[in-house]
Amino acid sequence: MKAYVVINGYMFYKYLRICTKRNGSGEKLWKGMLHMRYIISESYNNGYKNTKKNPYRSHYQGCHVIGRRSRAEIVESVAEAVFTSCAFCSVLVVASMTLYMVANGLPAVFQVGLKEILLSSIWEPVAKEPSFGIGYVVLTSVAGTAMAVIIGVPPALLTAIFLAEVAPGKLAAVVRAAIELLAGIPSVIYGMIGMLILNPCIYRLERFIFAGSSGHRFTGGANLLSAVLVLAVMIMPTVINISETAIRAVPGQLKASSYALGASRVQTIFGVILPAAKPGIATAVVLGVGRALGEAMAVSLVSGGVVNVPLPFHSVRLLTTALVSEMGYAAGLHRQVLFTVGLVLFVFIVLVNLALNRILKEKEGQDG
Amino acid sequence: MEDIKIRTERLNLYYGKNHALKNVTVRIRRQAVTALIGPSGCGKSTFLKTLNRMNDLSGNVRIAGEVYLDGKNIYGPGVDVSKLRQKVGMVFQEPNPFPMSIYDNVAYGPRVHGMKDRTALDRIVEDSLKGAAIWDEVKERLNKSALGLSGGQKQRLCIARAMAVGPEVLLMDEPTSALDPVSTAKVEELMKELRKKNYTVVVVTHNMQQAARVSDDTVFFLMGEAVEAGSTYNLFSGPKDKRTADYIQGRFG
Repeated sequence: MKAYVVINGYMFYKYLRICTKRNGSGEKLWKGMLHMRYIISESYNNGYKNTKKNPYRSHYQGCHVIGRRSRAEIVESVAEAVFTSCAFCSVLVVASMTLYMVANGLPAVFQVGLKEILLSSIWEPVAKEPSFGIGYVVLTSVAGTAMAVIIGVPPALLTAIFLAEVAPGKLAAVVRAAIELLAGIPSVIYGMIGMLILNPCIYRLERFIFAGSSGHRFTGGANLLSAVLVLAVMIMPTVINISETAIRAVPGQLKASSYALGASRVQTIFGVILPAAKPGIATAVVLGVGRALGEAMAVSLVSGGVVNVPLPFHSVRLLTTALVSEMGYAAGLHRQVLFTVGLVLFVFIVLVNLALNRILKEKEGQDG
Repeated sequence: MEDIKIRTERLNLYYGKNHALKNVTVRIRRQAVTALIGPSGCGKSTFLKTLNRMNDLSGNVRIAGEVYLDGKNIYGPGVDVSKLRQKVGMVFQEPNPFPMSIYDNVAYGPRVHGMKDRTALDRIVEDSLKGAAIWDEVKERLNKSALGLSGGQKQRLCIARAMAVGPEVLLMDEPTSALDPVSTAKVEELMKELRKKNYTVVVVTHNMQQAARVSDDTVFFLMGEAVEAGSTYNLFSGPKDKRTADYIQGRFG
């Protein structure tokens, strides 16, 4: 695929060069239409002369028309040019974003020092002697994502099994529609519902657990636990959808073989179907990780927003929520460090995608 | 009196409105290889699946009539389907080992039935692989993935997997149609061996030469009916029904 884009990108570039050839007097001519309709010799020395003997005699100065394209050929080449330029655009966007993130995220690293930023845990960007340690923020993002995956994936997987293997058709259709709706709900709504329902519940739990404790700083329910629960729910639709597809793709004969050995449905599901669907399920989990890692809006509403050690009943700040809540007023070095935060997030997402590619490649190898 | 392992009485099967098996009454001899032949869509595979109730898995199927295994109706009340399938194993058309090691493939069945003892499992795996004539080819790599085997090896592994639960009957649904000639010969050889080891084998095939080569008895199916049944030699040398004769002479199918 990459090679395809590169090669076609190059051909498209060459095509543009031909189309915009200068004429004899140095004037730039856009001969795109002409090139589409006629085959034009790039060289003057190919034997064809611009005479009446040449059936494709050019109407333009400085061109030697040596052939004519059919309509189908024109459609073909136009379509190819459109596809290529679209593909080229998306590559361009990714490349320029990467460049931009690195260019804006790195200066602060040089100014403050990589060790100081990543490993220090003191985040006081607007103090008199500011300190820019995002250690806790990074840790919170990683811990929060991990916990969300640990909590969210098992029920999601069981739901996928239910949909693919257990539920009768109509029930499965209803549940599936509900899950698709869940996937389409804007994240800020998750955040609002979390604030309205989850936070009070967690607050009650918090008061119960820390009753009489003097050292605990009460969060009113806006803490890592709430954020993790919201994230767990948010990644479920992704994990369910992709795992269900993977489970459905397990060949029927494989299941039949298991049943034919006398295995029960549950034995077949856990003994054969899940192992066979493992690459697809791994893909689902990795995509879930990506979603949880990148989620900002819902989390910022329920997590409290204090840079803190990531423990369940601590108000915390994640990579994403740091950007959401501080970008608005940050200036100078503070702003630059926020770009570094963005860069760290970006690197995480790239790593997640690399992991995904690896899984998919292994899967391909297994299939083939 | 012949020794009958499986006997069906007026067996009818409907896929929705489609009447797929019509009053099939067949006797299958113990410790013999019975071939089911007939053109595509004649119901031979469907019939095979009724013998270990694999049709239970597809919805929209209705069955009337009886199938007796050792004189006991397997569609009667109180039948443990898991136990039934332990007794009546099945091998499918496509070689389809599970995506796990060769050892785990063979050990899957016994484990499903609750066996945990490692030494006993080791013995069963070895016996089954030897029984399926594949032990020498895989004994060095029992813990490697079964997906790395060749097509013919995969199919023999599937036979070993089916043998590991100690069945008395082996149903084979066109077991060689996805294999090359050399692998086919090996699997056919294996079928003859299985009969000597006291297995009752029922094999669906659309290859009449195969039926003639490996089977003792043959049943000819057409449009959901068991048209003619008898010893393979008699059926091929002197078919009584005109339709059987037509099929054997290659006039249709």
